[in-house]
Amino acid sequence: MKSFVLNVALAAMAMSCAGGTAGLAAWEPVRPVEFIVPAGTGGGADQMARTIQGIVTKHNLMKQPLVVVNKAGGAGGEGFLDVKTSSGNPHKIIITLSNLFTTPLATGIPFNWKDLSPVAMLALDEFVLWVNAEKPFNTVKDYVDAAKKAPSGSFKMGGTGSKQEDQIITVGIEKAIDAKFTYIPYKGGGEVAVQLVGNHVDSTVNNPIEAVAQWRGGKLRPLCVFDAQPMAYDEPIAEGKAWKDIPTCKSQGLAMEYLMLRGIFMSPKATKDQIEYYVELFKKVRATPEWQDFMKSGAFNTTFLAGADYAKWIEAEEKRHEGLMKEAGFLTPGN
Amino acid sequence: MEELANLFHGFAVALQPYNIMLMIIGITLGVVIGVLPGLGGANGVAILLPLTFSMPPTSAIIMLSCIYWGALFGGAITSILFNIPGEPWSVATTFDGYPMAQQGRPGEALTAAFTSSFVGALFAVIMITLVAPLVAGFALRFGPAEKFAVYFLAFCSFVGLSKEPPFKTIAAMMMGFALAAVGLDSITGQLRLTFGSTELLNGFDFLIAVIGLFGIGEILLTMEEGLAFRGGNASINLRVVLQTWRELPAYWMTSLRSCLIGCWMGITPAGATPASFMSYGIAKRLARRGNNFGKGEIEGVIAPETAAHAAGTAALLPMLSLGVPGSPTAAVLLGGLLIWGLQPGPMLFVEQKEFVWGLIASMYLGNLAGLIVVLTCVPLFAAILRVPFGIIAPLILVLCAIGAYSVHNSTFDVMLMLVFGVLGYLLKKCNYPLAPLVLAIVLGDKAEEAFRQSLLGSQGSLGVFFSNGLVSTIMALGLVALFWSAIQEGYSRLRMSMA
Repeated sequence: MKSFVLNVALAAMAMSCAGGTAGLAAWEPVRPVEFIVPAGTGGGADQMARTIQGIVTKHNLMKQPLVVVNKAGGAGGEGFLDVKTSSGNPHKIIITLSNLFTTPLATGIPFNWKDLSPVAMLALDEFVLWVNAEKPFNTVKDYVDAAKKAPSGSFKMGGTGSKQEDQIITVGIEKAIDAKFTYIPYKGGGEVAVQLVGNHVDSTVNNPIEAVAQWRGGKLRPLCVFDAQPMAYDEPIAEGKAWKDIPTCKSQGLAMEYLMLRGIFMSPKATKDQIEYYVELFKKVRATPEWQDFMKSGAFNTTFLAGADYAKWIEAEEKRHEGLMKEAGFLTPGN
Repeated sequence: MEELANLFHGFAVALQPYNIMLMIIGITLGVVIGVLPGLGGANGVAILLPLTFSMPPTSAIIMLSCIYWGALFGGAITSILFNIPGEPWSVATTFDGYPMAQQGRPGEALTAAFTSSFVGALFAVIMITLVAPLVAGFALRFGPAEKFAVYFLAFCSFVGLSKEPPFKTIAAMMMGFALAAVGLDSITGQLRLTFGSTELLNGFDFLIAVIGLFGIGEILLTMEEGLAFRGGNASINLRVVLQTWRELPAYWMTSLRSCLIGCWMGITPAGATPASFMSYGIAKRLARRGNNFGKGEIEGVIAPETAAHAAGTAALLPMLSLGVPGSPTAAVLLGGLLIWGLQPGPMLFVEQKEFVWGLIASMYLGNLAGLIVVLTCVPLFAAILRVPFGIIAPLILVLCAIGAYSVHNSTFDVMLMLVFGVLGYLLKKCNYPLAPLVLAIVLGDKAEEAFRQSLLGSQGSLGVFFSNGLVSTIMALGLVALFWSAIQEGYSRLRMSMA
């Protein structure tokens, strides 16, 4: 028994030496990796995390299992704080959405993205302006005219969560067209889309994947996308129209752009090897046909960033969110 | 007629040996998940979801939905035997199920619960088969005001339900509302009542409260009463199943009513929890032996179980046709659908016929398989109660602690569970009913959210709750339920003075 332990110890030493000389990509997880989702089950981040988990399992991309754990409390604060306090634990990664910026700003919990180690940006989620197909709004102009004509506050915008991306966009639209909406927060994107179908709100800014089924069913109509250029997917979805045919909001006179980060971070104090391991892993995930199908079904913007580019992007985005939230009056008094 | 042909095609899909095997595996896993408090159907499905990615979608959804039904069946077991509801909708089952078990009738209670679950689910599936296209759109009429009205009705049908004075019920309910308010306020995005503690970010989880209030509280009470754990003479005989079955048809009226309540709640989609509470409350009012409810009346088990399962099953309809999940488990299933490349929504019934009807056929078969599995195990479950209290109590305590821990993987929750245990003991000693408190923890924040969403939409006018026929009717029903005892008393006084 003793000699066995000794052998293992020797082998481990030998391996670590070998690792030292071989340099990069020497690190590998030695126990199951926790994949934290700072949002509830069934939402966009959760779907993406579970898709990744399925791809990793199916294609055997990791020797250790990847376990998805939802920590949705406090608008995701629970998940962020969990990773923040797991300093030096390389077996914990987290997928983030815009609440990476908005939650600490709005609630004042002690957290900033700089507490974590950035790994990679997987994709950006688009936002589209949707209206009920029965309504006579065929273009952004029809919509803007109607919103301006309605008595202040009587035009209802439905969205997911409070002081998060949907409401930030709503405030942006209000500023851009000088009108006042009433923003009604719901728990999940699917519910928001159905409230629009049921005419309980006048418009929404759902992500493509949340509303595509209702578009195909002829219940909802997309007016414009909050991106700098139209989406890339040209396969017809409904009425012979594809995602590509939806104009940008800016080109229609509604100057607002917003994309949501779908990125990966890991616990504080991660080493270069460890980060490199996950970057390579996600590159492999992105190459699979399942991932490409998933991107297509949600009309995602497939920008991929890692390393310094990624950190720079996050920094700029954090400034932008601070500005947007300050303007909208969403900052907690402590901030 | 075309639907029927589709359904038979679905049966052919579901009856392939591979799929039958998955069904039985799913049910068994589900029952195990349901018995362990804290794990719950949603977590079970979420954990097992990735395993199914290599299967064809139809097989995958058959297995996952069988886990779901297994968990629904399993949840009743701990409620009846140990007074620990594993899921929110099993809370109402404890009211009469646990007293029955204590009187030495656990087999009867379990049989009644399982059979009613089956009846409720079957009724809902038949409804889905026959009228799916007609009722699918009904959920669209439910905005925030309508949702609030449903919660209001659930709360109201509860006040005055217990034997304690209505004010004690209301006091307990208010305590529940206060506990439900802790955590993130979903309307303003601010933290409330967390006092800077990061553990409280999530608020008080229903499961931890319930495991403490019911499970730990009950153990404390039993200890005080001298460690006597009644139910030791429970018969362990399969005959109890047949005996109970002979009794059940007499309660067809309660069953039918509960099925209807359940289907309505499932489609709207308010969910299984209000359905079970409402059904229990109404059965108590209308049943001949309603005054005995809470003391171990079999009807008090039938009503909530039937409604919960009818609602749980009917909730799959809005999920498939609209993409709105009616329960957390349905939400995970919804995520699965998307990963398999199926887009829930109005077009699913048109474009993915084989999948939809395969799923519906598996609901029939999965429920039947589940019933057979759990019924054969009734004597086994009931026999657990023959174990002396001195042995079983520590086991329950450990089970409770594991359950509380596994909700968020945090030891803070285990401490919280113990605190709730003491609270439950004190409240029981002072004759405050626990059920309204639990109801308020479960539905309190949802009701608040719907209320504030409605007021945002109406710019502060309360008129929104009486703005159309649907919402006015539900609100009026709620008000009647609230003042029912007063109305009844007034009526009998009037009759007396007339005579």
